[in-house]
Amino acid sequence: MDLTVVLLVEMLYAVASLILISAGLAVVFGMMKVINLAHGEFMMMGGYATITAVNWGVNIFVAILIIAPLVVGLIGLVVERVVIRHLYGRLVDTMLATWGLSLFFIGLATMIFGNTTTGISTPIPGFTVGTYQISGYNFFIIVVAVFLLIGMFAVLKGTRAGLIARGAMQKSDMAAALGYSPDRIYMATFFCGCALSGLAGAVLAPLVGLVPTSGGAYIAKAFITVIAGGPSLIAGLFSSAGLFGIVNQVFTFAISPVIGEVALLVAAVVLLRLLPQGITGKIFKGKL
Amino acid sequence: MQGSLSKDAIIVIIVTAILIWIMPFIISTYTLTVLIIYGMLGLSLGLIWGFGGILCFGQAAFFGLGAYTYAIAAINFGESTIPMVLAVLVPAVFAALLGAMMFYGRLTDVYLGVITLVVTLILFKFINSTAGPQYVIGNARLGGFNGIPGFQTLNIPGRPDDYIWGDSYFYVCAILLAVVFFLVSALLRSSFGRIAVGIRENETRMSLMGYDVRARKTVLFAAGAAIAGLAGALFANWGEIVTPSLFSLGQSAEIIIWCIVGGLGTRLGPIIGAAGLAYLKFLLGQQMLIDNTLITGLILVLFVLFLPKGIVPAISNMWKVSFGRRQLGRIHQQRRIRHRGRANG
Repeated sequence: MDLTVVLLVEMLYAVASLILISAGLAVVFGMMKVINLAHGEFMMMGGYATITAVNWGVNIFVAILIIAPLVVGLIGLVVERVVIRHLYGRLVDTMLATWGLSLFFIGLATMIFGNTTTGISTPIPGFTVGTYQISGYNFFIIVVAVFLLIGMFAVLKGTRAGLIARGAMQKSDMAAALGYSPDRIYMATFFCGCALSGLAGAVLAPLVGLVPTSGGAYIAKAFITVIAGGPSLIAGLFSSAGLFGIVNQVFTFAISPVIGEVALLVAAVVLLRLLPQGITGKIFKGKL
Repeated sequence: MQGSLSKDAIIVIIVTAILIWIMPFIISTYTLTVLIIYGMLGLSLGLIWGFGGILCFGQAAFFGLGAYTYAIAAINFGESTIPMVLAVLVPAVFAALLGAMMFYGRLTDVYLGVITLVVTLILFKFINSTAGPQYVIGNARLGGFNGIPGFQTLNIPGRPDDYIWGDSYFYVCAILLAVVFFLVSALLRSSFGRIAVGIRENETRMSLMGYDVRARKTVLFAAGAAIAGLAGALFANWGEIVTPSLFSLGQSAEIIIWCIVGGLGTRLGPIIGAAGLAYLKFLLGQQMLIDNTLITGLILVLFVLFLPKGIVPAISNMWKVSFGRRQLGRIHQQRRIRHRGRANG
């Protein structure tokens, strides 16, 4: 019984962290079609922003939920203005440029923070279920992921800004004809995507020892989650994160963490082979 | 492509001879050897990406696979001739299987990139986790994160005690690169190569013309992997150790950067890009002021923004503009086309 509870929490946690990792990329890649290989580095910078803010005496939740997304969003804004906006619609070029950016940020972080591991402790104490210990922070991550999904859905579906953004992504010339500036909309959307990445990095920062190259650990997972999710943003994110999170945890529990990771990757390859358009290319078609 | 194959061969031989003679005066042969190996690795991706239009994020996987195959086989056989052959064959077969899975599933661009990336990651994670004594192939322990040291390095075929090292190893690598370059040229001149370029330009049209696009892409992919595997084996010989970092994403990234900077769709570009950037990295590694990765990243961003075609095409364009025969102006060209159309019609 206790074991079932622990397993369930672990699975939810795995799914939630996948959602967090992929949300920013889902906006930047899923909506804007910018293959952002610097996604992991945006997360890394979110982590560093949090740690720096906490070391300066800011409340940790303020640092995670407000400061990190803002800082990373602003960095993203600069990146969009300087590099990305010249490359919209050139898929391979955005990929290469963002790869360059990712290397650039790794180098920058190494110069500023040094090539050492930094970290902060988790702010929520753990508790026991029967004979097992569960980290209380896992619940925080699950709650953040749930609110994130609801928030994204509400903004995209319920607000005028979300409607305009979706419209501009679908047909930017039409949006321009209706009097909206696609340039501005793209800029704002990129800002949001980067802020989401920063948030993810910040939320995960207390769990990992942060090094400048930490981003590389997330990038592949984020990409396969978003691509396997397919064209619909939120349904795809939720379904593929659910699938991969469960596969990962089952194999981690049954064999070992390394096999769990490998199983996740193999599942992704098989899934893409069977459903090249992603999950929502076949199922949940046309949903947001 | 202009000129004939025999002309190509003569040029390759002359240029190689001159470079082998001159370069050691400028850079030490030890460094040159690795630059040549990187050049070969760059050429392998340049072939499948530049001429086949297959953007592979996992070229490092084949490079690492070649190196590991060589190391494991060399420990088991105690000499280097069969391991060298295996180091070319194993990545080629692996790539053929992977390619068949991808191309017969009609996966394209982004999905192709992601799958090759994921496969590289799987290999990286797997090799990294093989530290335990139960992971043994023959006499060779895989060694996990520490890699495999202490295997037999290259020897003269049939004489396991006569090692090829130092300057002579440099000559072997240089000549091998020239041979590979020549083979790639020959492949591209053959009908197979021309059809591959056709597939890059317009896949649907080529398949409508009756060519089996999937099979051809698979073969080209395997050929690229074979070259990468050879480069991997040479690298294993040069470094005398193989580690999982050969499979890393950073390595894959670098290969792509070399191709972009050197120039896609050229044979020489990736080699020049690889050797040039690797040497730049070597020089930058000697200073402590600015981080190495930062500069690599900056170079890539600047190239994508300002010189997306790469160095070699830019230079050859400049050459044509300054010294070549002037092209006709646009109006004259159109007029000529119109005349021709009338004559034919």
